[in-house]
Amino acid sequence: MTQHVVNVLLSGIFHASILFLVAAGLQVVFGVQKIFNLACGSFYALGAYVGVSAVGWYTGAGGPAALFVLPLALAGLAVGAVGVVVERGLLRFVYDRDETFQLLLTFAVVLMMEDAIRMTWGTSPRSTAGLYLTYGQVPILGAAVPVYNLIVIGASLAIALLIGWLLTRTAFGRIIRASADNREMAEALGVDMRRVYATVFTLGTALGTLGGALVIPATAAMSEMGIELIVEAFAVVVIGGLGSMRGAFVGALIVGVLRSIAISVYPELEMLLIYLIVIAVLVLRPRGLFGGAAA
Amino acid sequence: MTGGLVLILALLAIVVAPWVAPTYYLLLMLPFMAYAVVLLGLNLLFGYTGLVSFGHALFIGIGAYTGAFLAAHLTVRSMEVFLVAAAIAGALVAAPVAALCVRYVKIYFGMLTLAFGMVFYTFVLKFYRLTGGDEGLPFPRPALLGFPLDAMPKTDYLVGPYYYYSLAVLAVATLGMWRVVRSPFGLCLKTIRDNPAKAETLGIGVTRYRWYAFMISAVYASVGGALLGPPTGNVDPTLAYWTHSGNLVFMTLLGGFSSFFGPVLGAFVFIYLQNWVMSVVPYWRLIFGAILAVIVIFAPGGLMGLFARARPAEVARG
Repeated sequence: MTQHVVNVLLSGIFHASILFLVAAGLQVVFGVQKIFNLACGSFYALGAYVGVSAVGWYTGAGGPAALFVLPLALAGLAVGAVGVVVERGLLRFVYDRDETFQLLLTFAVVLMMEDAIRMTWGTSPRSTAGLYLTYGQVPILGAAVPVYNLIVIGASLAIALLIGWLLTRTAFGRIIRASADNREMAEALGVDMRRVYATVFTLGTALGTLGGALVIPATAAMSEMGIELIVEAFAVVVIGGLGSMRGAFVGALIVGVLRSIAISVYPELEMLLIYLIVIAVLVLRPRGLFGGAAA
Repeated sequence: MTGGLVLILALLAIVVAPWVAPTYYLLLMLPFMAYAVVLLGLNLLFGYTGLVSFGHALFIGIGAYTGAFLAAHLTVRSMEVFLVAAAIAGALVAAPVAALCVRYVKIYFGMLTLAFGMVFYTFVLKFYRLTGGDEGLPFPRPALLGFPLDAMPKTDYLVGPYYYYSLAVLAVATLGMWRVVRSPFGLCLKTIRDNPAKAETLGIGVTRYRWYAFMISAVYASVGGALLGPPTGNVDPTLAYWTHSGNLVFMTLLGGFSSFFGPVLGAFVFIYLQNWVMSVVPYWRLIFGAILAVIVIFAPGGLMGLFARARPAEVARG
């Protein structure tokens, strides 16, 4: 029994760690640029595919299997650079438009990215054969837990702390928060908004691509994984509150663990339960658990 | 006046098409007409009331599944029953959904509609016994106006009786929507879109009117969903998936949301262009994504906006 509970909880927390990364990317972009970025799921998918390729190339070149997380994470982070292209190439044209157009522009990126992935990597699922259990499993209260899951949970926690530190303790973080609060005032004080937007969007993208890369040893990369994950990330930010980092953290835990419990107890419920919670939150407390004074 | 002329010519072309056009293109007219009904409704919310739904595929799903469900579990075979039942089911589902959604605007409205759409999607996906799960349900050929047309070959049925049946439904839907947007009620919706605070001051019950608009739009989408059933022959959960909702908004924007016929044009161009692109390369999303990006950035008025720009005198009529 405890074994089962531990399994369910830990797999939920593992999923939550990945969700947090993607949702954090969604939040930072929404917080500063006020754009709800539907494409962050696509960035996640992109990160996953690039991760598979990077690991394939790494093992092909004879790199020691024990260190495969390094090329994986580095590739995930590096491909986040695609964020600059999307921001400078598309989004910057619509900052002063109605948010409907901003949302639709990110939807355009979703469409393009899905096919770009199919063109590059084909339609069949890609996986990193057998690397998942490279680090073995550890027994926790009778349950065999893959060490890789624990590494990802740890990495996600570290990133959460890093983001917290970045936002609250550094000059860059103060600029970001100031821009989120009052764009005109920040601009009047000499903040180069173009750079802030490009940086923030790239940061958001890199969080998504990293999340995709890290999930890849545990599951296969598929071209629809982006449009599936975005609705989960969407649930996370609605439950946690749009634009809030703490919200992303708590929301990811709630969604990840509840989904895991639902799957093991009553599989039909799976995401249905999550969407019902989303609706309940939107109706009862539209700002979410940690949302600020949003409209 | 030119607008009226174009409309009459377009209608004439659609009426005579079954005698002259190749079957392949005629078959594409069927989803076009179904989507046109859906989008006329969607645009009452989007273009006229200023609320962008990212979950309207929910009602396409409701309409299509209502028909398939009646056929599978109650052995009903009448298209009129399907359409009426779809409208009723759409209204029943929309009443509470709309009541919750219209309390919010902008991004929150969009998110709430998306969440409801996904609730329905997961429901039909998971409750296999009722809905057939991911395989969906067959949508058997219905009788039209009481005539069982089972003896006809399928294609003859679709490009013959069913074609004109769809056209009649689209025509009724168009006239109905035309009356709605030209009525005082339609004016109230536009006022709400442009300035909700002022509308409230003028004594318009903003939330109530938004609810009405949502209801009408949901019924249209459900009817369109039922109309989509026979040509597809099968309904499945992807009908209600969020990307389908996104494509609906895409079609509306493509044609032009600030024009009455814009969404209809958008559905037409979207369906034929998508088909053509898919016959050339398998990657239609890449090309359509680029088209959407170009429209959003350079031509937010859509195709109708481009035509209007070419004829500046017509713009003021809006």
